[in-house]
Amino acid sequence: MNISAILQSSQRAFPVGAPILELDSISLRFGGVKALTNISFNVLEHEVRAIIGPNGAGKSSMLNVINGVYVPQEGSITLRGERLAGMRPTDAARRGIARTFQNIALFKGMSVLDNIMAGRNLRMHAGFLEVALQLPRARREESESRAAVEEIIEFLEIEHIRKTPVARLPYGLQKRVELGRALAAEPNILLLDEPMAGMNIEEKQDMCRFILDVNDHYGTTIVLIEHDMGVVMDISDRVVVLDYGKKIGDGTPEEVRSDQNVIDAYLGVPH
Amino acid sequence: MPDFWFFIEVLVGGLLSGTMYALVALGFVLIYKASSVFNFAQGAMVFFAVLSFVGFMELGLPFWAALPVTVGLMILVGMGTERFVLRPLVNQSEDTLLMATIGLAFVIEGVAQLAWGVDVRRLDLGIRDEPINWVMDATGMLVSQLDVTAAVVAGIMVAALALLFSHTKVGRGLRAVADDHAAALSIGIPLKHIWMLVWATAGVVALVAGMLWGARSGVQFALVWVALKALPVLIIGGFTSVPGVILAGLIVGAVEKIGEVFIGPFFGGGIEGWAPYVLAVLFLLIRPEGLFGEKIIRRV
Repeated sequence: MNISAILQSSQRAFPVGAPILELDSISLRFGGVKALTNISFNVLEHEVRAIIGPNGAGKSSMLNVINGVYVPQEGSITLRGERLAGMRPTDAARRGIARTFQNIALFKGMSVLDNIMAGRNLRMHAGFLEVALQLPRARREESESRAAVEEIIEFLEIEHIRKTPVARLPYGLQKRVELGRALAAEPNILLLDEPMAGMNIEEKQDMCRFILDVNDHYGTTIVLIEHDMGVVMDISDRVVVLDYGKKIGDGTPEEVRSDQNVIDAYLGVPH
Repeated sequence: MPDFWFFIEVLVGGLLSGTMYALVALGFVLIYKASSVFNFAQGAMVFFAVLSFVGFMELGLPFWAALPVTVGLMILVGMGTERFVLRPLVNQSEDTLLMATIGLAFVIEGVAQLAWGVDVRRLDLGIRDEPINWVMDATGMLVSQLDVTAAVVAGIMVAALALLFSHTKVGRGLRAVADDHAAALSIGIPLKHIWMLVWATAGVVALVAGMLWGARSGVQFALVWVALKALPVLIIGGFTSVPGVILAGLIVGAVEKIGEVFIGPFFGGGIEGWAPYVLAVLFLLIRPEGLFGEKIIRRV
């Protein structure tokens, strides 16, 4: 089935629901540099929401705000009706927000399996002593996680590289492993920072398919940043457009595509 | 005594002292695994730990009480290191962390001597550094009781740590933190807990190593330099491998003793001091990641 057909069809296993994440009047400054100015938008449960914009528009900053890496000077973030103040990345992870990074941030010396297993961290509750003494709970969690990870490995079609140290893998596969690690946490919201950057056409198509499959299969809400307009328009339900740290457009791909401000930002305007 | 038994005696002596090197090296490996940093303060921690232990005994605590008190103290040192040295340096380069551990070494050495004085102390563990009688009677070999005890203790600690840090949640967390702070945080691995855990464990390992070394050569400032012996062990074994440093410790111990006794005379003796470093240099040339270290993979 064609990608946009999946989106449009009423057959989606998890139909788009109420707002799960709301960003209200977010402003972020680094010293005198305004990275984000007064940005508001929301993300609906189970939707694929894209943030696009030219270089330096503040897309990654936006993602880092949602993930708790940066704490904005102004504005509020509301997750499922709960206002989050001063959230750190580990808090975000605990609340079911997982992410990937623009420049792959895998654990390079570890195998694919161990990387994805590491993603299970918050799903394993045994403490240090339980692990040290290999008490029943630690052992049970280890094997449950292993089973969950095998499912993800199969889902992402990376069975053949299970034991390979990730540093040896080609770029496209590393991106896929990183997606796997994020999925291992069974997140409600998945933040993808340029998941297709630097990929060739085939790798991009694969990645698109996996993103939509994740959304369809697990119902994961997806917020993704992308540079490549074409790709985003194909896979997103709604798109936010940023330029110079300001929001200049927000809507369905069709609406955004025909928005004069967006066209100007991407193609430039005569001065 | 036939030459054969003499060779075995030298070999056994070397292997046994090798376990003591391995024990010191183990402290380095723990911290290297979790922060990719060579902890210059490890020797200082060995010194501080055993000096405090002896200090508590001098204050009147019996052995069985001084031990948990010192373990507690080392855990506090580990937590303090995390809080005041490492936490402010999150996301900084490894070089920065390395410099921080050099500073930490001076602080720990200073505090240790400020608190407990600079005198050389004797540590009596109740185990004599004397040959085991029945071995001597049976084979004529001189095998020290202390060496054997040290080897057993080191063996137990190593086995426990190897198990813990292999493919477990804790082990993965450790390596994850070492590889990428931001990514580790994003999957909810709390940097501070991992670091605290590792430094506390390294502190306890330092205590055990310090007690064994202190019992042999006295509790004194020179224990700081025991750490230097751990360096060739780390290079040969690989900075990230617990089993690697054990094997490397044994190799270093055996090489230096056998070298000293059988090859030393050709050089006028004293090769014990440098033979391990020569071996380490050879490893750097041929197998820079060490016996079991993580392969150094570079994409060009």
